[in-house]
Amino acid sequence: MSTHVLGDTGVLTGRSLRHILRSPDTIITTVVTPIALMLLFVYVLGGAIKTGSDQSYVNYMLPGILLITIASGVAYTAYRLFLDLQGGIFERFQSMPIARSSVLWAHVLTSLAANLVSVAVVIGVALLMGFRTGASVASWLAIAGVLVLFTLALTWIAVIAGLSAKTVDGASAFSYPLIFLPFISSAFVPTDSMPGPVAWFAENQPVTAIVDAIRDLFAQQPTGGGIWTALAWLVAILAVAYAWAATVYRRKIS
Amino acid sequence: MTINQALEPAIRVLGIEKSFKDLHVLRGVDLEVKVGSIFALLGSNGAGKTTLVKILSTLLKADAGTATVHGIDVAANPGGVREAISLTGQFAAVDEVLTGRENLLLIARLRHLANPGEIADELLNRFSLTEAGDRPASKYSGGMRRRLDIAMSLIGSPPIIFLDEPTTGLDPQARIEVWQTVKQLADGGTTVLLTTQYLDEAEQLADRIAILHQGTIIQNGTLAELKRLLPAATVEYVEKQPSLEDVFLALVGGDAAGGTAPAGRELT
Repeated sequence: MSTHVLGDTGVLTGRSLRHILRSPDTIITTVVTPIALMLLFVYVLGGAIKTGSDQSYVNYMLPGILLITIASGVAYTAYRLFLDLQGGIFERFQSMPIARSSVLWAHVLTSLAANLVSVAVVIGVALLMGFRTGASVASWLAIAGVLVLFTLALTWIAVIAGLSAKTVDGASAFSYPLIFLPFISSAFVPTDSMPGPVAWFAENQPVTAIVDAIRDLFAQQPTGGGIWTALAWLVAILAVAYAWAATVYRRKIS
Repeated sequence: MTINQALEPAIRVLGIEKSFKDLHVLRGVDLEVKVGSIFALLGSNGAGKTTLVKILSTLLKADAGTATVHGIDVAANPGGVREAISLTGQFAAVDEVLTGRENLLLIARLRHLANPGEIADELLNRFSLTEAGDRPASKYSGGMRRRLDIAMSLIGSPPIIFLDEPTTGLDPQARIEVWQTVKQLADGGTTVLLTTQYLDEAEQLADRIAILHQGTIIQNGTLAELKRLLPAATVEYVEKQPSLEDVFLALVGGDAAGGTAPAGRELT
């Protein structure tokens, strides 16, 4: 049975990718908010923000916007998983001789694909707004790697929400704090402009480390130890979320 | 199939118990279903029918007792059981976004069959869904959705099929279509265990009927045996009136039913 894991995951991923292709509005609603935030920050608030760096403000805030894009995108994963559970198709899959983990992996891979498309759209809009980078291929790959890890970590959190939610609204509510987290980080303003306890939180929460690492990679500046702090956070969150999701799933299907 | 499996009942349930918190849903259920027969589990809402079906289809684990399906123990080897069964749950388990054809392809691929396209087309044709095959299932009527649901369950020809309240919420014509399908399945040698709260459904379809009440089987037998439990029938002369169902089906054109209305009940 385990020999079918890849094949079954492929078939089920094809199924949920079709869901996205048939309702592209899930991509549109995912990117609308980050793009609106980007316009607001660059053309309304940005002029008054002193970042203390010589880069343009759109360059400064794009990493944070990308994280917000992903945080709002993963809500659809929880939503789609919840609908599968509600509709009975989940039980049909569970009563069939298919690899059990493939049901979840299909949703995770679909989330990855959908979020990469959303991120590409947002970067496209940022380019129109004057975002420029001299990042090398290696830096782009590093940025892509960080964003993939971030998407996977948040998607597994979405899986926990989708599996344990009682209502549709509950399934996607978990994403609100995740969307909010970049605001209390170095994503839009330098943390040293914040009052003591807030600055302490901002400096020590994962979003700041991730944002700083991506910003340095875009700016072709050495990330120092920053990238390792970011990766450590990402791997830790991913491991905890995955283990938790697997436990919830096991309880659900037995 | 080994000789052992041929002689064994398709389903054997011994002393199955299941509780949800303080709710003792199944209190020791025993039953046997013969290979190739239709077995109806009759009971009111909340009698535990769905719980039993979920245990037999490996979705739930029993607290006590044993159950074998196709000669395989559900607790010890759920993977083996899943190879031998198909479940059509209480709510049509179709993917609403996909078309009817894509739904069938999906299941055929998940069952690792060689020619999913041919299988899908054959089933669409058999369940009169060819025309609707390329429409999303969300546009289907309740009856069409249930037909698609059952068609999906037949992929890979599992020897045992569970149907949990297959006709709940269907109109009379769709109901008769489902009955026809179930009969064809059993004629083809498939063992069918269905749950229902409709007495006439059990009467129409089942070779054996078990009545599940408050967590145990209170009666189990053929229709004739169950009828014998009551005092002998007295003969009364009553004018045969068409039932409302007969009238309805005659008016809207019983063609869809394909002459499956039980003999002797046609409108004359």
